[in-house]
Order: sequence, then C-alpha cells, then structure tokens
Amino acid sequence: MNWADILTYAAPVGLAAQGETIVQRAGLINIGLEGTMLMAAYASMKLTAITGSPFAGMAAGLIVGVAVCLLSALFTVRLGADQVVVGTALNLGALGATSTMFQAEFGRSGQLLSVPALPDWLPGIDLGTSLLLLWPFVATWFLWRTGAGLVMRGSGEYPAAVEAAGASAIRSRIIAVSVGGALAGLAGAYLAVGIAGTFVENITAGRGFVAIAMVTFGRLKPWWVLAASLVVSVAEQAQFTMQGWGLGVSPQLFVALPYTVALLVLVFAGKGTRLPESLGRPFRRVT
Amino acid sequence: MRVHVRILASFALLIGALILTLLVFRVPIGEGLRLIGQGAIFTEAGWTRSAVRSTPLVFVGLGMAVAWRAGMYNIGGEGQYVLGGLAGAASVSALGTAATWSPAVPILAACAGGGLLAGLAGVLQVWRGIPVVISTILLNFMVLPLQEWLLQGPLQEAKGQIPQTDRLPDSAMLARFDPRFDLHAGVFIAVAAVLAMAVFLYRTPAGFRLRVVGLGPRAARAHGISGDRVRVWAMVLSGSLCGLAGGVDLTGLTGYLGTGFDQGWGFMGIPVALLGALDPVGVFLAAVYFGVLVAGCENLARFADVGSPIVYVVQAVAVLVAVGLQHWRFAPKGRAEVELG
Repeated sequence: MNWADILTYAAPVGLAAQGETIVQRAGLINIGLEGTMLMAAYASMKLTAITGSPFAGMAAGLIVGVAVCLLSALFTVRLGADQVVVGTALNLGALGATSTMFQAEFGRSGQLLSVPALPDWLPGIDLGTSLLLLWPFVATWFLWRTGAGLVMRGSGEYPAAVEAAGASAIRSRIIAVSVGGALAGLAGAYLAVGIAGTFVENITAGRGFVAIAMVTFGRLKPWWVLAASLVVSVAEQAQFTMQGWGLGVSPQLFVALPYTVALLVLVFAGKGTRLPESLGRPFRRVT
Repeated sequence: MRVHVRILASFALLIGALILTLLVFRVPIGEGLRLIGQGAIFTEAGWTRSAVRSTPLVFVGLGMAVAWRAGMYNIGGEGQYVLGGLAGAASVSALGTAATWSPAVPILAACAGGGLLAGLAGVLQVWRGIPVVISTILLNFMVLPLQEWLLQGPLQEAKGQIPQTDRLPDSAMLARFDPRFDLHAGVFIAVAAVLAMAVFLYRTPAGFRLRVVGLGPRAARAHGISGDRVRVWAMVLSGSLCGLAGGVDLTGLTGYLGTGFDQGWGFMGIPVALLGALDPVGVFLAAVYFGVLVAGCENLARFADVGSPIVYVVQAVAVLVAVGLQHWRFAPKGRAEVELG
C-alpha cells in the first residue's frame, strides 16, 4: 500500500463525489451517479479501443457523462420529476444497456479486452489523480467566491429566494447537474482506461453509491470530500494488507468503517450545518 | 377506478418497452418473444421458474410501495434483503437445528432483521433529519461487509472452506411441490402479503393515516396524525417486507446463504413498486411481469447473445416514460412564479 495506489484508487470515487457535491449543493440528489459512471466507462473503453488514445477515451467519458446527466435533468429539473425515481431508472438502464452491449460484442464469457492505459506525468500522477487533487481548489473558489456559486448554493437552500432575486434556480441546477455529469463521466472513464485498462460488466460495482456516501461523509465540502475518498481508498486497501498481518481485527471492519463514521457524523452534526435545506425537493415554477 | 387505468397503462407501457428494447439490441422480435415465452410461461419448468422469480419481487415491491406511500424514499432494499437472509440464517444457527421446528422461525427473524435496519433509517430521518435516501445507501454499505464477515466467521459452514452458511435443516425449509422444480410454498406467502397489504392500506385506520401522511403532511398534522410515528412505522414495515423476501428466498430457494445471495432484487423492487402505481395489486402484477421477464431472459440467454440485463433496460425505459408522461402537464412553460414550500 503506497500513496500512489491510494490516490489512483481514490480517483474514481473521489471525482464522482466532487461532482455530486456540486449537484447536492444545488439541491439535487443524483442517485444515477452509478449509471452515469458505467455508461462513461463503456464509452471510454470503446473509444480508446478504436482510437488507441486513452485521452480520447477520457473525453468520451466526459461527454457521455454530461449527456446522461442532462437527460436526467430533463426529467428532474425541467419536468420536476422525482429525483430518486429518475436516478434509479438511470442506474438500471445503464447497467442493462452496457451489459447487453458488452455481451453482444464480446460474448458472455467476457473475452479479455485490453486498451492502452493513461500515461503517468509524474510517478503516480496522471490525468485522473491530478484532477482529483486540483478540483477542490476550483470547487471551493467557485462555490464561495463567485456570484454563480452563490446562486447555486441558494438553489440548494431555498430556490424560491433565488428566483425572487432575479436569478434562475432552474438554470443553476442544470449547470450543476452538467458539472456533476462531467466529473462522473471522467470518474467512470478513469476506472476503465486509467485503472482497469478494460471493461467488465458492472465495472463500477457500487462506486457511484460510495461516492454519494462520501459526499455526505465530507459534509458537502470539497476538501473534506477529497479526504473522505482517500479514507475509503485506504480502508479498502488496508483489508488486503491486513489479511497478511493476521491481526485479531477483522478486515471487513475497515471496509464498513467509512460508512459507519459517515452516518455517525450526520447523527451528531449540529442542526444548522447539515444538508442543504431543499436537498432532493423538486423545484417547480408555477405557471 | 383511476388506479386500474394506471395499471393498465403501465402494462401496455411494459410490453412496448420490451419490444423496443429487443429492437434496439437487434434481437429478432418473434424469436426473442418465443424464447422468453418458452422459458417463462409455456413449459412447467418455465412457469414455476417465473413464480419463484416473482416472489422476492412481490415482497420487495410491496415494501417499497408502503414506504414511498408514506413519503419515505427507501432505497436500501438490497441491504434489508441481505440482512433479512442473514438474520434468518443466524436464528437457525443460534437456536440449533433441534429448536428450528418450522420455517416460521428463520422467516420471522428475517422480517425482524430487515425491519430493524429500515426502522433505524426512519428514526434517523425524523429524529436527526437525515434523508432515508442517504442513510439507506450508507446502511447498504454497512451490511455488505457484515455479510462478508459473518460468512467467514460466526455463520460459516462447519467445514470452514467456502464463505457460506451450512444448509438449513429440512424442518426449516418451506415445502416444495415437485423435486424437479424450485416452486416452493413462499409463493403463497407472497399472494397473502398482497392481500394483507391491500386490506391494510385501504381498510384500516393505520393504512389510512399512512396514505394521508404521504399525500398531505400538513393535512395529516391538522388532523392530529403524528407524521413522524407513521413514517417510522412505514419504514419498519417496508424493511420487514424486504427482509421477508430474503427469508423466503433462504428457506424456499437456496437453503443456505453464500456470497451470491444478493441478486439485485432490492433495486428491482423500486421500478416494480412504481410501475405498479404503489398499489398492492398493481405491485403484484408488475412483480409477476418482471418475474416472467427474468425467467424468460434466462432462457433467452441460452440461445442469444443477450440475456437478463435487458430486463433492467425494460424497467428503465418503462419508468422514465411513465414519469415523463406523468409530469409533462406540470412542466414549466410560461412566466415564472414561485411555489412556496
């Protein structure tokens, strides 16, 4: 277990969680994160296999991520449909579609497909991990130092007030969902071309949900979300290392730890500083 | 009645979604439908398999429907299903095979396990304002390592080789009707659960209160109904049903609990509940439809390049179209005015 591995394995969850942080700040819960990552992972694998360039694959992931999330925004933001319903449908659809496409093309045995990996710029630092480390600067500056960031946070707390002040909560939420989609897409693409170098059915294996959990763990603060993703990465790798040590503590305890702590943090957090007031509530203008 | 129109509309939608999905993935329609029909309806192996696949979907679908009706977005069906199965297996191993005189013991333990887990999420929402959407995701991820730990430790088979439990004693297994097929008595429990839920929701004061809390929390408060209490109990009931699904699968189908116990029923229960219009009879029909589809696609997978994953696509398409149509008329069109929450 070295720091480069920790960073690499933290990147998919971490990037997706950073995207979800923006989305949740704007008052939406994107349950469809898992499906978005999965679609992006598939697209990036395909494009990398065709072009031979992992960077083209990452770009494909980004585009697919934005497209999938804009589709979900059509339902959740434009139509004011329930976010949990739409997100769940997206997850199921993405799992079904990618698995079916993969089976149709490569057979159910999953003949091994290998695509060129992302190159390291410095030891352990590639496109995914550098983005993971730099993003919190961008997010913190945007959310707390710009007018658009204020509107976005307002849309999460009390969208009616944002509209009354002359800004558009709807537009702000759509932008937030697009940014979330871009990051989730990059996260999925990094999983396929940055880490695995291939695609397998359900390659995300719940990482989208882990990311949602990490947003909660990091209390919607970009730096804390980054820290939370690193903790999960360490905990996941600790279980393999610990099996070698033969301690009395069971390694599964470490895997469960981040989620348990996340829940406890929420339970004991002060009432005022918990989650955006309008989180998960559809906002509709009345015509 | 309006709900029946919606169920009929859902059904038309589901058939349309299936045909659309087969088209998109270039499965020949006639041949595809024939293979699905053969694997799910027209042979004895087929319809019994359909019944067995529908059973957990009925339980989880009812569980989701009851929670969502009370305005609680339980998406932790997966964890509640697994914890139910684990509680069932643990009860047998704790009481000893001698004391396990009937499958009722593990099944009740399974209900209790699932109910406690979901109830905890409900309590956290009303007490600390943590949305169940978030807490049930967290709890899912706490149950999975728990399962892994139990299967390698306290609940592991006596031989200690594979991470799975010992087989349940025959006395703790639900009755089977024909040794060649998996059909088990849990199917009747599912039908009974549908009827019980319909009576509960539409014919009891508690069911009425639950529907009122979901439809109009403010009206409920004005009439002296404690929304918090109703929400917590709705979650307990919801989790018990998801746990029941795990318990029935354990005692009826698998007979032991291994790492592959979780087949994704927890997630599939959500579209089942939605397409069944959150109505017990609707949930039953939707569960049977998807049970048939899962069973049929298992057969399809043997002869074609596509298989069970297309069920997910059918669910997704159907849910999105249903939601889209439902919300189309509320879509914001003209000048902006704000709705005060």
